[in-house]
Amino acid sequence: MTMTQTDLTARLLAMSKADQTEVVIAERDRALTRFANSEIHQNVSERDTEVRVRVVVDNRVGVASTNDLSDQALAQVLERAHLLARHAAPDEAFPGLPGPQPQPRVDYAYAAETAATSPEARAAVAEVMCRMATEAGLKAFGAYETSSGCLTIANSRGLYATQLATKADVNLVVMGDDSSGYASFTGVDASGMDPEALGRTAIEKALLSRHPVELEPGAYTVLLEEDAVADLLEYVANAGFNGKDYNDGISFLSGHLGEQLVGENVTLYDDPLDPDMLPLGFDGEGTPKSRLTLIERGIARAVTHNAYTAKEAGTVSTGHAQPAPSTACLPTHLRMEGGTETKAELLKGIERGILVTRFHYTNLAEPLTATITGMTRDGTFWVEHGEIVRPLKNMRFTSSALEALRMVRGLSRETKLVPGYYGATRAPAMVVDGFRFSGVTRF
Amino acid sequence: MQELAHHALNRAQVLGANYADIRFVRRHFETITVRDGHLDGLSIDESAGFGVRVLYDGSWGFASSATISRDEIERVTELAVAIAKASRTVQRAPVRLGAPITTRGRYRTPVAEDPFEVSLEDKIALLMAAEAELRSVKGIRSAEASFGCQKEEKTFASTEGAYIEQELIETGCGIAATAVGDHDVQRRSYPNSFGRHQATRGFELVREVDLVGNARRIAEEAVALLSAPACPTTVTTVVLDPTQLALQVHESIGHAIELDRVFGMEASFAGTSFLDPSMLDGFRYGSELVNVVADATAPGGLGTFGFDDEGIPAQASPIIERGVFKGFLSSRETATQIGRESNGTMRADGWQRMPIIRMTNVNLLPGEHSFERLIGEVDDGIYMHTNKSWSIDDKRLNFQFGCEIAWEIKGGKLGRMLKNPTYTGLTPEFWANCDAIGDQSLWQIWGTPNCGKGQPGQTAHVGHGAAPARFRNVRVGILP
Repeated sequence: MTMTQTDLTARLLAMSKADQTEVVIAERDRALTRFANSEIHQNVSERDTEVRVRVVVDNRVGVASTNDLSDQALAQVLERAHLLARHAAPDEAFPGLPGPQPQPRVDYAYAAETAATSPEARAAVAEVMCRMATEAGLKAFGAYETSSGCLTIANSRGLYATQLATKADVNLVVMGDDSSGYASFTGVDASGMDPEALGRTAIEKALLSRHPVELEPGAYTVLLEEDAVADLLEYVANAGFNGKDYNDGISFLSGHLGEQLVGENVTLYDDPLDPDMLPLGFDGEGTPKSRLTLIERGIARAVTHNAYTAKEAGTVSTGHAQPAPSTACLPTHLRMEGGTETKAELLKGIERGILVTRFHYTNLAEPLTATITGMTRDGTFWVEHGEIVRPLKNMRFTSSALEALRMVRGLSRETKLVPGYYGATRAPAMVVDGFRFSGVTRF
Repeated sequence: MQELAHHALNRAQVLGANYADIRFVRRHFETITVRDGHLDGLSIDESAGFGVRVLYDGSWGFASSATISRDEIERVTELAVAIAKASRTVQRAPVRLGAPITTRGRYRTPVAEDPFEVSLEDKIALLMAAEAELRSVKGIRSAEASFGCQKEEKTFASTEGAYIEQELIETGCGIAATAVGDHDVQRRSYPNSFGRHQATRGFELVREVDLVGNARRIAEEAVALLSAPACPTTVTTVVLDPTQLALQVHESIGHAIELDRVFGMEASFAGTSFLDPSMLDGFRYGSELVNVVADATAPGGLGTFGFDDEGIPAQASPIIERGVFKGFLSSRETATQIGRESNGTMRADGWQRMPIIRMTNVNLLPGEHSFERLIGEVDDGIYMHTNKSWSIDDKRLNFQFGCEIAWEIKGGKLGRMLKNPTYTGLTPEFWANCDAIGDQSLWQIWGTPNCGKGQPGQTAHVGHGAAPARFRNVRVGILP
């Protein structure tokens, strides 16, 4: 796989007549088995290789891509990028492509057995979870995805970076007539996934959440499980910690780096090389990645930059570029430090409150306060004296995630890797006081 | 292409498939973005490949590849059958597709001015002019203008004898300005938020939209919002502009009527629906004024095409008539389960995805009110414009929307500008409180080019016809 990509990048760089040229090759093999009502209803596979070329001519930039690897198509993709560059106005702020840099080795981002997962193996995992749900008088819904890929970036200044990666991802919802429960797994290696354990977790929640009752909206102490915490963290990081918005003065963090942003028990990293994440050694323009402390004991420490926003800010890239033409520079490997208690101990410490399994369809209502709205789903429970006493109908929350992070009373020792919109976040469970629910449902 | 298609279909049959189809798709996409005085993004992307879908003993298998060759088609077809056999090991009831579909035909989006024929210089100059106009307004911190056009060539063939060729063309554009004040950031977009308005039309759309002519007004509104009072928290009458109403239709009607969601096929990801087949022809979805049709034939709609990805001809089918629920969006498989025929809404996001039920143009039909009358009949209310945020639960009942801008309505007239407006409600209650809809002159199909659904994720381009409409007793703002 890698040899082919090395050849391809060398050929394209040799063919280009531009001042600077960057080639990004993304090869992916992906398969997903999906089940609903305890049977497989969709089962798919795809194989694709995208070649993306960015050329720079007199500070004019053009980008083109193709997935046709024929000689003719590769020549055309270069021609198209040149054509676009010729039509672009010079951008004096363009920092140029990065030069060669030592790249971190992330061999642990790839598991050969996961890459070779067969349709039969995926079906067997689905079968276990569907059978367990059926035996419990419930129905299973979910998906099991395995993927492998190779990403290579090379440019005419001599930069070369390449990486293999795999991912296994299971999400499982088990439903009864008026209840549901959830479990999931995300990781580099499918061998770390236990379908029976996932089935037990989702079934237990689905049984516990039968016959839910309504609760008045208002401010409550909540135990947010890891999926819900990861959801909030992604919004906080994207709304506040991306260098572009920071430079533009439209982030809640603009001008406030170094200040106490949230509670002292909150520490948040972008940690792309951690083996317990979905490791990635370099960003979309080949800049090596490393751990970046975003929040240290509540103090905002850094924002993410690509080469362009870094030049604007008079600093260096933190390795957060997306492949061109995207100008985004988002944290994609968030990891929040856990606490000292177990999740069970956190629950014991709640006198009266709500346990939230996860959120659904969250959205940023107000970027400056990181106010987020969304619904709870797949297991929402009323807690009294440290015990779950009854299930609740789903509730709408509208709450500032920053405010929530100022009101953290406890964090779990256990953390979980949760896939998100832009990457994956490793989060603990979290007890928050005064979390605001703005509405209830009648189902 | 026909020979390669037949090779795949024959191979699938030899391997025992009861049904197979193949789609070849080539997508060509051009985007231009101008931001803060410079060309921020200029790209041309091409992606081509094919996908083979087979039904083996009542179970689905799908495989795809970017390499279009006889050998690869053979490998992918064999993989699709192997996947279907794996599916069969966890099967409760075999899939039934109903009557065979043997459609043969061609379709091309009619455009007055091919967007790919307009020179790059002209497109860039137009965006630069619009973006400069935005930034010329004092108080604007950041501005952007964008353009995008797409051409998708699709060939569909099935073992039932269907053979269809389509060329779908889309064009879109938009501008946005961000103003920054003391502890406040406000953004205005035109003609729609989140990038651009898009349609199955040519460059004539861009000329009609007149980005440059609207830029100053939009930028001035963004600046004015900084000093505008906040929208109050109350229960009141709300008038929604067509762009916001289009998203309201999308979230609280369009997704709820997808029959795959109703049957739980999206339960683990996007969710289900509060609707079920027993509610057909009886459930009151909204007031007598509410008429909704799913119309894949509507000229210019972003969800307009010739045939869906199962070979069903585009059609207009009733969804809500005089407030009563009448129909779902369906596929061959799901329609058969309720004793109906598919109304042709299966679409795949490119060659590498299996088709799933997607909205076409789910249109709220116009009423009889002029804009003046919509506002004039309100003593006390709020007029909200342009979506800023959205959220709805997994059954499509409990929603909350935020808009970029609002104006209070006092004594039948628009009054002060208000910032950060939001409203919330429950789907059937909200639509039951619709007491006026704007007339045909105010009606337009708005494109939603970012509708997410499915695993692996698929993005669909769908449309929603809407005129401004009025709703009574709406909860506005967030309860303290």
